[in-house]
Amino acid sequence: MSATTTNPRHSTGGTPVPPARKRNSLAKGKLPKWAIWAVAAGAIIIGAAASTLTGFNIAAFAIYSAIIFLVAATIITTVVEGKRRGTNAMWTYLIYACFIVALIPLASVLYTVLEKGLPGINSHFLFSSMNGVTGAVDNQSVNDGAPVVGGAYHAVMGTLLITLWATLISVPVGMLTAVYLVEYGQGKTLSKAITFFVDVMTGIPSIVAGLFAAAFFGMILGPSARMGIVAAVALSVLMIPTVVRSTEEMLKIVPNELREASYALGVRRWRTILKVVVPTAISGIASGVTLAIARVIGETAPILVTAGIASQINMNVFANWMSTLPTFIYYQIMNPTSPTNVDPSVQRAWAAALLLILMVMALNLIARLVASIFAPKKGR
Amino acid sequence: MAKRIDVNDLNVYYSKFLAVEGVSINIEPKSVTAFIGPSGCGKSTFLRTLNRMHEVIPGGRVEGQVLLDGDDLYGAGVDPVTVRSQIGMVFQRPNPFPTMSIKDNVLAGVKLNGTKISRSDADDLVEKSLRGANLWNEVKDRLDKPGSGLSGGQQQRLCIARTIAVKPDVILMDEPCSALDPISTLAIEDLINELKNDYTVVIVTHNMQQAARVSDKTAFFNIAGTGKPGKLIEFNETSAIFSNPEQKATEDYVSGRFG
Repeated sequence: MSATTTNPRHSTGGTPVPPARKRNSLAKGKLPKWAIWAVAAGAIIIGAAASTLTGFNIAAFAIYSAIIFLVAATIITTVVEGKRRGTNAMWTYLIYACFIVALIPLASVLYTVLEKGLPGINSHFLFSSMNGVTGAVDNQSVNDGAPVVGGAYHAVMGTLLITLWATLISVPVGMLTAVYLVEYGQGKTLSKAITFFVDVMTGIPSIVAGLFAAAFFGMILGPSARMGIVAAVALSVLMIPTVVRSTEEMLKIVPNELREASYALGVRRWRTILKVVVPTAISGIASGVTLAIARVIGETAPILVTAGIASQINMNVFANWMSTLPTFIYYQIMNPTSPTNVDPSVQRAWAAALLLILMVMALNLIARLVASIFAPKKGR
Repeated sequence: MAKRIDVNDLNVYYSKFLAVEGVSINIEPKSVTAFIGPSGCGKSTFLRTLNRMHEVIPGGRVEGQVLLDGDDLYGAGVDPVTVRSQIGMVFQRPNPFPTMSIKDNVLAGVKLNGTKISRSDADDLVEKSLRGANLWNEVKDRLDKPGSGLSGGQQQRLCIARTIAVKPDVILMDEPCSALDPISTLAIEDLINELKNDYTVVIVTHNMQQAARVSDKTAFFNIAGTGKPGKLIEFNETSAIFSNPEQKATEDYVSGRFG
């Protein structure tokens, strides 16, 4: 295989094409498909050898192989196919490498959480709380080899309730703000101010939002006011800017023609917004809201300072302390139930982490589903 | 049904920019009036002032009078929503509501306003409007399918059906065929001829043959140069505009010697 690749259409006899043209003047040399795999195999072998020289470890092996492959593949492609193709090959493989590097943490996190969390997931863990589970109980289960007792049901419920209330607060506020910004406030000073403050809000650290909510409710209800709704307010401070931003973007891309079509039918402005503009954008808005939820569901610090920590089931967001999955994980790791035997606590923490990841993934899937359900119908 | 429009010395502004200056025109009921002229001469802008759609654009305002059967559209206390429900509009690009079915698109003017309508009345209105727009036979079996699945020409006729479903007195059309193929254009032109029996139709077009084919009267707008306001140059019977125009500018434009 070389630069003299012939065009098969010309080389096969019998067809009425001009004979004796062995080489297509437009064609350049082309590497056969197996060549790049051969280079990869060679790079891996040389990389393994090189890393053994300096004491074998998997990271050095991967890095050496990748560098050798990149250089070799670039040189070979340049020699056979030309300079432009060579540059193209170099960037292509460089981008693949970056993609793999970006994927490593994700794969690693998923693997670790699954490996450590799966043993702790069972119906007892899912449907019971930490109520009555003390250090003595943990010590006993370690010494006797009995199954770990105590679960995260209260934390799951706390997560769901606090996030639900945070959503109930931030979606109306955020959506109405976005509607004002896009439909009514174009170019007005107030809308410019709102946009600026929404940008500022986006940058508020989550612990500051937590402290704000704690201080605000502390001022009204007394210094020890900690309950689910306070946490929900803290989370909604974090959610609102995200909801405003995503809704605003979605409303902006609704074609102006649709608004004009509605006005031209003698439809009032608020009805146009309610019945034409928002329905057209609803799929994007819904997925934006779901992503905002997914973002705040994993917050730890603002929950700790606003809802405290609890080991029993509390379904009332307006009274008493509450746990969520992130605070549950934090406490199980930082303050193990039994200081002498931490394994049961660690196992519960990893199981809760897995549960949290699953909940966020489910939310993302729901977002896609919602988007496709609400999307303007296609087809005939 | 079918009212007359009289415009007295109308100036149209975008903020401080005078876009159209000093237009006076009388549009007869149950007639088709075509506006022709080069791009940017203000004929679409002027058309949009006839149902107060111009002021939807930030900074858009007018000076002068537009009378619908003697009532000033821009008089004190006139609700633009009332004006628009009596003077409907069809746009350049077909714009059916993407979230609605064909049927809901036709009923949009009624339903979006929150008016209660019984199922049988709604069905009658849908059929009548779609028949009025020459679309009934093509869509009667798929009224619940989305309007965006129709072809461009069908979508435009759907938009016309949507406009006549609110029973306006006047229908304004802003280059309704410029995004359509010749066959769909023919369908719309036939429809305009039929609409003339019940409505006053005003149409903006770039296509002079179209103006000659469909309109009774033609208005020629022109602009002296960039940044200058557009003006009404000549308004007369269509046959006179195309065969025997009074103004030199009109003759140059309709004979293709413009510019």
